[in-house]
Order: sequence, then C-alpha cells, then structure tokens
Amino acid sequence: MNPYVPVLIMLFLAAATAAGMIAATTWIGPKKKFADKMEPFECGESPIVNPKQRFSVKFYLVALFFVIFDIETVFVYPWAVLFRELNWFGFVEMMIFIFILAVGLIYVWRRGALEWD
Amino acid sequence: MLADLIESLAKIVFIFTVNVGVFAPILGWVERKQSAVMQDRIGANRADILGFTAIGLFHSLADAVKLLTKEDFVPANANKFFHTLAPFIALVPAISAFAIIPFGGRYELFGREINLVIADLDVGILYVFALAGLATYGTVLAGWSSRSNWSLLGGLRASAQMLSYEVAMGLSIIGIIIVYGSLRLTDIGAAQENFFRWGIFLQPVGFIIYMTCAIAENKRIPFDIPEAESELVAGYFTEYSGMKFVMFWMAEFLEMVTISAIVTTLFFGAWHIPFVTDAMLLSWFSGFAGPNGAAALAMAVNIAVFFAKVSFFIWLQMTIRWTLPRFRYDQVMRMCWKMLLPLSLINLSITGLVVLLL
Repeated sequence: MNPYVPVLIMLFLAAATAAGMIAATTWIGPKKKFADKMEPFECGESPIVNPKQRFSVKFYLVALFFVIFDIETVFVYPWAVLFRELNWFGFVEMMIFIFILAVGLIYVWRRGALEWD
Repeated sequence: MLADLIESLAKIVFIFTVNVGVFAPILGWVERKQSAVMQDRIGANRADILGFTAIGLFHSLADAVKLLTKEDFVPANANKFFHTLAPFIALVPAISAFAIIPFGGRYELFGREINLVIADLDVGILYVFALAGLATYGTVLAGWSSRSNWSLLGGLRASAQMLSYEVAMGLSIIGIIIVYGSLRLTDIGAAQENFFRWGIFLQPVGFIIYMTCAIAENKRIPFDIPEAESELVAGYFTEYSGMKFVMFWMAEFLEMVTISAIVTTLFFGAWHIPFVTDAMLLSWFSGFAGPNGAAALAMAVNIAVFFAKVSFFIWLQMTIRWTLPRFRYDQVMRMCWKMLLPLSLINLSITGLVVLLL
C-alpha cells in the first residue's frame, strides 16, 4: 500500500474534525446582532484607526531573509542524508555553500537590517 | 491490502483518540492546575457532577459545553470567508502532523509485522516541517481577516516570528540527520537502542536550539508576543469566540504534543527504555507469555514508555511557560537571527567534521 494513503486518511479526519467544529459553532449558540456589538474589539470604544494602514518595512525584510535562508536549509537536508557517501568532497562543498550564505548573513547584520527599534 | 488498510486505520484511530480525545482536553486542565501549583493556589477544582469533582477534571467538560453554546462572533468589517478559514488551517496541520511519528518499534504479531507508525514516509521529519509552515497561514490569516488593530498587530508579529524560527528550527536538526543518516523517524528511533547513542548525548546543542525554536514556533511564553495579553488583548485571535477560539487553543496544545513527540524521537531514545534493548524485552516476556503475547506486551510497554516521555516534555514546556516572563519583540528576533541561526550553522559544521574524523 502506498505510504501516503494513511496520511491522506489522517488529513481527511483532521479536516472533518475542524469542519465539524466550525459547523457546530455556527449552528449552536445564540445569534443576536446589533451594530455596536459587531465592531472589532477596542475596549468599548469605536475604533478610531483603520487597521488597513501601512506597517513597518522590517516585516518584508524578514520575509526576504526567510526565503533565502529557508532555501539554504532545503539544500542542506539532502546533503545531510547522504553525508557519509559524499564524504570529504560533500563536506567541503557544503562548507563553501554555507560560507557564502554566512557572508550574506554578516552583510545583513552589519547593515543593521536585523535591528528592531 | 485490506489487512494493511485495517492496520493503518487502527493506528489512526488510536493516535486520533490519544491526541484529540485525551491530550487536547486534559492538557487544558493540566495547564491550569500546574499554574495553580506553581503560584501556590488551589486551582481548577469547582466543576462537579453530583458532588464528584475528580480533582477538577470536569472543567474540560464544562469548558466544552460552555464554548459550544457561545455565539459565533464575526466582526462587521471582517472578511468572513478567511475569518472562518483561519482556525481550520491552524487546526488541520496540528492534528495530522503526528502521522509520521513512530510511537513504538516493529513487532511480529501472529505472523504479521506491525510497524507502529501511521505512515513510514521517506521524507519523515520534512513532513512535520511542511505542516508547521502551513500553520503560519492560519495565524496570519486570523490576524489579517479580523480587521481589528490588535489582531493585525498580532498577525504581523506572528508572521515575522514564525518565519524566522522556522529557519533555525530546520537547521537545528541537521546534526541529528548527519549522525543517523536518515530522515525517517522510524530509522532514527531504531538507531537509539543503545542508551549512549541517544540524540541528547550526540547533539546536545541541537536539542537546545530545537526546543527553543519549537516553543517559539508554537508561540508559547516566553515567545508569546503574537498573543501578548497585556499588550494586544489576545493578539491574532482577539476576534474569535466559541469553537473557533477552541480550535486555535487546541492547535496550540496538539502542537505541544507533537513537539514533545519529536523531541522524544530525535533526542531521547524514542520508545526505548535506557539499557533495555527490544530483544531483551521480548525475551523477558516470552518466558511466560509465548511469542505473540511477548510481542503484544513489548508493544504495550514501548507505547507506554513513549507517551511517558512525551508527557515529561509537555510538563517541561508548561514549566517553562509558567516560569519565564515574556521577551520583548526585538529580543525575540535578535535571539533567532543573531544567536540561534549562527549557532545552528556552527553546530552542523562541527558535527560534520567530527563525524568525518571519527
């Protein structure tokens, strides 16, 4: 049997559980709607700031770093599995790869992109 | 074929019952009780059925009934579709991530080999990381779709924090993969039969990095800045009520169970008892129970050992939660990019060097 069949069954069971919970909470329970209640939580006041405002560019930077370094991680995984077969050749190659990315990390660090203030 | 299907269905039902039916409701009570013990209070002990309180265990039941009968609240400006989708995306990976974790070894029962893992995938641990990545969407969508300032801030913080810690978490277990030479958790578990080959002795630094990143990825104190009750009300799930709130809460507890199970499998000998090999266990039991009885008994013992270890690490995470104060946001991000990421790169380089030299 394909090993992914149990995974699919598990995913289906999880999705059914989650959907069941959402359906239960939608059907059971009172529904009394009035304008003041439907406002987002702001300690009883009406919100004065629209959340659709701009936010710090730092978050975009973190997303960019994530892409770079997560792809690095993706490349390191197969190397780690085949580590003993690749031996010194693989080790040196991977050290060069990690060194290049470490230079990138040091550059980002020195430019202050990792500072939060 | 049919026997395979029945076997995997039995394992799925077992794991689903243990996680969703036992761990998720009980842990809510355990957390309240542990906070009470650590803060010198009596804690949750009031809910009773006909006078029986069962040391407060009925509180889980009371919570379930209460939250089920609450109104399902969606703010007027919220994107209703994504607001409903977010808890769904948060909960589904949390439940299904356990599929590749072995909760016992291989046993010969009535001429049939039973491998106690739902799906023995060759990608192994990568499956868990893929699902952990999906959980980020649930959090960020919840924050964004609520159209509330608190939720948006919580979702933003969660996005940056979870992305950052995913990188360090992925790199932290490379050392383990180098040492055991496989991504399959069943192989890694089987390789730790000898007590001195446990992951914690071979990769102590990897364990500390992984545990830190996993707690941060799960957004628990001291890394709970996306929720931060004292700053953001409840962060990304401020606008959730009833069962949708429960789904985030359940996802957090189930992720805690999964993290503990991964830590047990990678670093603490999976289902093995220290200094007791699988063959020893079988030979002890076969003296009085026969070959099939011995296999069944060994299976029961190994499952019990595995879940005992898992419970220990859940306790550890709860102790950390009630011991440490919350970090500041800049501290959290600095710790990831300036400490854990370089440390895990150094750890994997040194591991590779040592493995090649020895």
